[in-house]
Amino acid sequence: MEEKKRMPFKGTKEQEQQLMEVIESYKGTDGAVIPVLHAAQDIYGYLPIEVQTMIAEGLNVPLAEIYGIVTFYTQFSINPKGQYKIGVCLGTACYVKGSGDILEKIKELLGIDVGECTPDGKFSLDATRCIGACGLAPVMTINDDVYGRLTVDDVADIFSKY
Amino acid sequence: MYRGHVLCCGGTGCTSSGSEAIINEMEAQLKANGLENEIKVIKTGCFGLCALGPIMVVYPEGAFYSRVKVEDVKEIVEEHLLKGRIVTRLLYQETVEDDGIKSLNEVDFYKKQHRVALRNCGVIDPENIDEYIEADGYKALGKVLTEMTREEVIDEVTKSGLRGRGGGGFPTGLKWKFAYNAKGDKKFVACNADEGDPGAFMDRSILEGDPHSVIEAMAIAAYAVGADQGYIYIRAEYPIAVKRLEIAIGQARAYGLLGKNIFGTDFSFDLELRLGAGAFVCGEETALMTSIEGKRGEPRPRPPFPANQGLWAKPTLLNNVETYANITQIINNGAEWFSSIGTEKSKGTKVFALGGKINNTGLVEIPMGTTLREIIEEIGGGIPDGKKFKAAQTGGPSGGCIPAALMDTPIDYDSLIQIGSMMGSGGLIVMDEDNCMVDIAKFFLEFTVDESCGKCAPCRIGTKRLLEILTKITDGKGTMEDIDRLEELAYTIKNSSLCGLGQTAPNPVLSTLRYFRDEYIAHVKDKTCPAGVCKALSRYVINREKCKGCSLCSRQCPVGAISGKIKEPFVIDSDKCIKCGACMEACKFGAIYKK
Ligand SMILES: Cc1cc2nc3c(=O)[nH]c(=O)nc-3n(C[C@H](O)[C@H](O)[C@H](O)COP(=O)(O)O)c2cc1C
Ligand code: FES
Repeated sequence: MEEKKRMPFKGTKEQEQQLMEVIESYKGTDGAVIPVLHAAQDIYGYLPIEVQTMIAEGLNVPLAEIYGIVTFYTQFSINPKGQYKIGVCLGTACYVKGSGDILEKIKELLGIDVGECTPDGKFSLDATRCIGACGLAPVMTINDDVYGRLTVDDVADIFSKY
Repeated sequence: MYRGHVLCCGGTGCTSSGSEAIINEMEAQLKANGLENEIKVIKTGCFGLCALGPIMVVYPEGAFYSRVKVEDVKEIVEEHLLKGRIVTRLLYQETVEDDGIKSLNEVDFYKKQHRVALRNCGVIDPENIDEYIEADGYKALGKVLTEMTREEVIDEVTKSGLRGRGGGGFPTGLKWKFAYNAKGDKKFVACNADEGDPGAFMDRSILEGDPHSVIEAMAIAAYAVGADQGYIYIRAEYPIAVKRLEIAIGQARAYGLLGKNIFGTDFSFDLELRLGAGAFVCGEETALMTSIEGKRGEPRPRPPFPANQGLWAKPTLLNNVETYANITQIINNGAEWFSSIGTEKSKGTKVFALGGKINNTGLVEIPMGTTLREIIEEIGGGIPDGKKFKAAQTGGPSGGCIPAALMDTPIDYDSLIQIGSMMGSGGLIVMDEDNCMVDIAKFFLEFTVDESCGKCAPCRIGTKRLLEILTKITDGKGTMEDIDRLEELAYTIKNSSLCGLGQTAPNPVLSTLRYFRDEYIAHVKDKTCPAGVCKALSRYVINREKCKGCSLCSRQCPVGAISGKIKEPFVIDSDKCIKCGACMEACKFGAIYKK
């Protein structure tokens, strides 16, 4: 398989400063890696190898272990996300109400697969588990906005707002 | 003193349908009308009826407004709050009577419910510890610390008959006893708020609506087993619950209800939150603990059990959120009261998240022993659009499907196991005639393949093989031998996996094979999907009665599979058809359907 070109890492000094403060505050705490990774992902939006290296050095944990943790948990992403993060709920309640078809429609509209980002960096697509809005199933989120009681035909309209 | 209270739901369901904007508008409107010192707005947790959100309840009348829109707020303020005239148009119609409004307890949705774990959800402001204290909060902790010995506490919990609500149903008192007996200089208590079942949100709603009830119960547990440190392991996907827990922990510390020398005794206890990071297996107790330790959340073999060697190899007591939420009630009202609810072997109540093809989607709490039929037909209000009930799924990816013939089964731990499902943590998804059971089994297997941590081979490889066979069947390429192979493989995985994930992963396959074997056979022998879900097996057909012969569909068809004479019914050649669905979308008369 052809390897996709990786987006160059564009971290700023401020971000690094913030990360160092987080690492400092967790030093010596038991089980610090996961909370630090959460914070780092908040700061950078994703966890590229450069960030993982800083954490490994800062917490004095082997990089391999950090990488192992990052790739184990779905919440952590080593790829950058789009400006608008689309999440289609594939929880059971949404699935039985047809969220699978909605996901297919979005893939077709955007031309990307789950876990990918459009080339212009605008939309990224994820399949999420229950977000707890089952009463509104099927549900899709775009950043913090929640769209419920969706039909396949609604999708294009919603995207046109972004 | 306020003369009225407006309760607005700030749970995830209602927040998703826009309750935040409504609360803001309510506050603005109250100010505009000079009512801000007379009427108090309270943002509560979940009322349970998420399908009707956003929900707003106005007291003292108890008027239950549903599906409120921002534009409606002005009317509620000017008519109801200012002039005392309830806006009937906006009420939940079930509560409307000729001469006024019914109390909520008489509405079908609430009538058969019994709220113990959810007692404060939708009643108090979860971000305000004073409201919790007013509702008898921290009374149980005070009683335990000043009047009861550790043994008495464990005894009371044992006598209540409470069993773990996280799925396994292990007797809680016994678990506490194990942790109490464990030798160690340092012990921990932990709360499992990982809620991995996709399509379930009971634990989240409790934490959002009543976080202190869990904190208080954890302190009681810590006293009983001899721990001084607690962890709540919660999904990061639950931002509202996380925020409310953080607030609640902060307030409890400020009131001296967490920290050193609680209630002036020598008991000290503090709590920390740990965020999960999206791994289903971390709901399993040993994996959860490895994850709190900051590692890949892989399970480890038991024994040693966590009660003896848990977090950092120290004795650790782990309970589920809902299990904890029952504890303060047991201490306050007594074990006898608790064990008077429910059935002989399953005491108390259970919270279920009702979802899928059901009218009243939402959160319900029922006494154990209530039948599935009562939940679906009475509380849930039946199936929408006059469709037929096909099955209910409990226990999520570890559970099974219950067919219509078994709808009168009482819901308790043992009956559900007997019919091949399980209580699980409380997801209850209803499916109707439009759902394909093979597809549902495949859906759950996709989930477990994704979530298998990969440590043991039966689960890592076996679930993948199961999924491949299921896919073969839904693609119309399955054979009868495949069905036998599915069954054999399922039992092998069940018997040889390391942890509960693998041991239960085949359940969705086994239970659908047990009750819906005919659907499997239809896919294999007749190459049809009776529900019309499996794309590879579906056919597009033109309804001769409805077709006007306009030819639009045949012009849309990319492969020329549709032919006919103008003004006469057209036909689709299913050998040529690639099932893209373009014709169905194009038809203006709804004459094309999928079979
Ligand atoms: C794969 C798997 C996932 C689980 N997920 C959860 C969960 O999300 N929440 C939960 O409370 N228990 C879950 N459990 C059960 C826990 O292992 C454990 O039994 C439970 O938290 C103990 O608490 P309880 O005795 O109060 O029920 C899961 C078990 C397995 C095998
Ligand atoms: S299953 Fe989609 S929000 Fe719960």
